[in-house]
Amino acid sequence: MSLKIKVAAIASIAALALAGCAQTATPTATAAANSNIKICVYTHSDHGSFWSVFEKGAKDAAQSLGVTLDLQGSNNDAQKQAQTITAGVAAGCNGLATSVPDAGAIKTAVAGYVAKNIPFLTVNSGSDVSQSLGAFTHVGQDEMIAGEQAGLKFNALGVKHVLCPIQEAANSGLQLRCDGLKKTFKGTTTDFNLDGALSDLTKATQTLTAEFQSDSSIDAVFALNADVAAKAVLPAEAAAGVTLKVGTVDMSPEALQAIKDGKIEWAIDQQQYAQGYMSVVLLYLAIVNKNELGGGQPIYTGPGFVTADNVDAVMGLVKAGTR
Amino acid sequence: MSNVTDERVKRASVFTKVLSMPEVGAFLGAIAIFILFTNRDTTGNFAGLGGLAGWSDIASTIGMVGIAVSLLMIAGEFDLSSGVMVGSVGLLIGLLVTKLNMNIWLAIVIGMAFAGGIGFLNGWLVIKTKLPSFIVTLATFFVLKGANLAYTMMVTGAVRVTGVDAAPGYQSAFNLFALPIQVGKFQIQMSVFWWIGFTIVGTWVLTRTKFGNWIYASGGDANAARNAGVPVARTKISLFVTTALTAGFVGVIDVLRLQGMQAGQGIGNEFFYIIAAAVGGTLLTGGAGSAIGASIGAVIMGMAYIGIPYSQWDSNWTSTFLGLILFTAVLVNTYIGRKARGGKR
Repeated sequence: MSLKIKVAAIASIAALALAGCAQTATPTATAAANSNIKICVYTHSDHGSFWSVFEKGAKDAAQSLGVTLDLQGSNNDAQKQAQTITAGVAAGCNGLATSVPDAGAIKTAVAGYVAKNIPFLTVNSGSDVSQSLGAFTHVGQDEMIAGEQAGLKFNALGVKHVLCPIQEAANSGLQLRCDGLKKTFKGTTTDFNLDGALSDLTKATQTLTAEFQSDSSIDAVFALNADVAAKAVLPAEAAAGVTLKVGTVDMSPEALQAIKDGKIEWAIDQQQYAQGYMSVVLLYLAIVNKNELGGGQPIYTGPGFVTADNVDAVMGLVKAGTR
Repeated sequence: MSNVTDERVKRASVFTKVLSMPEVGAFLGAIAIFILFTNRDTTGNFAGLGGLAGWSDIASTIGMVGIAVSLLMIAGEFDLSSGVMVGSVGLLIGLLVTKLNMNIWLAIVIGMAFAGGIGFLNGWLVIKTKLPSFIVTLATFFVLKGANLAYTMMVTGAVRVTGVDAAPGYQSAFNLFALPIQVGKFQIQMSVFWWIGFTIVGTWVLTRTKFGNWIYASGGDANAARNAGVPVARTKISLFVTTALTAGFVGVIDVLRLQGMQAGQGIGNEFFYIIAAAVGGTLLTGGAGSAIGASIGAVIMGMAYIGIPYSQWDSNWTSTFLGLILFTAVLVNTYIGRKARGGKR
C-alpha cells in the first residue's frame, strides 16, 4: 500500500468518524462546518527541502478535510516560533500542532493555550517533552528507535563491526542514534568523532580513510547524514580499498542514486509528509470527535527505510514532493 | 642549544642562521610528530604511501590558503573570512552551472572574480576605515556565512548544490584541478601538486621580490615603511585579494571534487589557516614569518588528522591534540629563535 493510499484511507476514516458525529448531519453541512475549523501548525521550518514536504502533507490533509490551515515556520529561530505561537493563538486556533526544538522557548507560548483545553500536539521534534507541555501526543520519529532499527538492519546484513561517525559533536540527537544502534546490533559498534565533517567533506574523507585502514574489522558504517554517506564514507571506502555496508539517515539526490547503484544499502526516512498530514488529521479528530489518539504515547512516523527495492518509487515521490 | 660560548661577540654561524629561520621550529615539530605517529601507527601505513596520500590531501587545502594567510599576517592583518570564502565560491560556481547551465570554466572565472572582489572590499575597508582587520573580516565572515545558506536555500530549496559534474566543461576542469593521481594502490590528490606550486611561489615572492620586502615592511612598522616609500595600502589590499583568491581556488577544487557543495563548507577552517601560519613561525603581530612555514604547519595538521585514527586514539581528542601542538610549536619556535639570535632568555 503506497503512502498516498494510506493517507487517503486515514482521511476516509476521519470522514467516517465525522459522519458518525451527531452534530454534523449532512455532507454539505460538514464542509461548511469544517471551513470554520482553524488548525494551526507552527514549526521551526526553514521551508527547505525537508520542511516543504512536511508542509505539503499538512496542506493536503487540510484540503481533503476542508479545514482552514494556518501554517507558519520560524526558520530555526525558537524565539520567533514562540512569538508566532503567541500571536496565532491570540487570533484563535481550534487545534495547534507545534514542533519543539527548544522546550524552554515554546513552553510559555503554549501554556496559556493549553489552559484553555484546546487540542494540542507536538510534531517532528520534542517527543521527550511532549507530555510535560500538555500535548495529547507527539507525531514524529524517535532518534533512539531509528538507531535501534538501523541495528536490526545491520544484523540482517551479517556485518560484525559498525562505525558510527558523528558529524556534529554537540547534537545530542546524533548520539542517541548511535546509542540505539548499540542497543540492538549484535556485533561491535564504534562511535567516531567526525565533528565539522559538513564544513570540510574532503578532510572527513581522509579521516575516515585512515580509520578504515587502521581498523580492518570495520565492515559497515551507519552514516547519520546523507552528505556524509555519499560524499565522505563512499570516497573513503574506495580510497581505503575496503568493502563496507553503508546505511544512512535522510536522503539526498546522490544518496538515492547510490542506493540505486547498490553502494548504499538503505536510508532511514522519517517520512515527514506523514508528520504534516497526521498532525492535521489527529487535531481534526480531537476537535470534532474528542478523539485523542496515541494513548499518551508518541505516534511514530519513522523510521521508514528506503532500499534498492523501493528506491525507484521513492525517487518518483521525491519529485512529486511527498517524500 | 650549542650556543654556550659568549654569543655577544660571536659571528652568526650557518647553524645560528638556520635556527633563527622562522620555519625551523615547525620543521622540527613536523619531524617529531612524524616520528611519534610512525611509532604509534597500528597499520604500518603512516610512514608509507597510504599515510602520505591521506595527510598530504588534508595539508594541501589548509596549506594553500595558509600560505596566503601567512603573507597577510606578515603584513600585519587577519582574514577571518578565508574559510567561508571556500564555500561561497564553490556554491556560486555550483549554482551558476546547475541553475543557469553555464559552462564551468566561465563559472570558475566568475567565482574567482567574486572572491577577488570581496578580498578587495575587505582590504579597502580596512585601509579606509582604519578598523582592525579582525573586526572587518569577522563581519565579512558572518555576512558570507548567512548569504551562503540563505541564497542556496532560496535557489535550490536545499542546503546543498548537486549535479555539478553534468556541467559543460566539467571534465577538463576536473582534470586540471581535482584529478587524483594513482600511485600504487593509493591516490595522491591533484591539490597536493597545486599546493607545492603555491609554496614555491609564495616563498619566492616573499624572499626574492620587492613585493616581498614590502610585505615585511608593512607589517613591521607601517609608518616607517610609508615614509620609506613602501605603498603600504596597495600591498595590504593586494594581500587581502590574494587571500580571498586562494580561498576561492580551494573552493573551485572542492566543488569539482565533490561534484557539488554544502552550504556549510569551509566554515571554521579560517582557524586552521591561522594555526598553520602561526605554527609555521609567522608572528601574529606581523613583520616576520614565512610561506614554507605555513605549509609545514599544514603538514603537521594533516599528520595529526591521519595519525590519530592510525594510532587508534580516541578521535574526540583530536582538537585538544592540535591545540597542544599549536602552543608547543609556537613556544619552541620563539625559544629557539631567540636563543639562536643570541638574545636573552
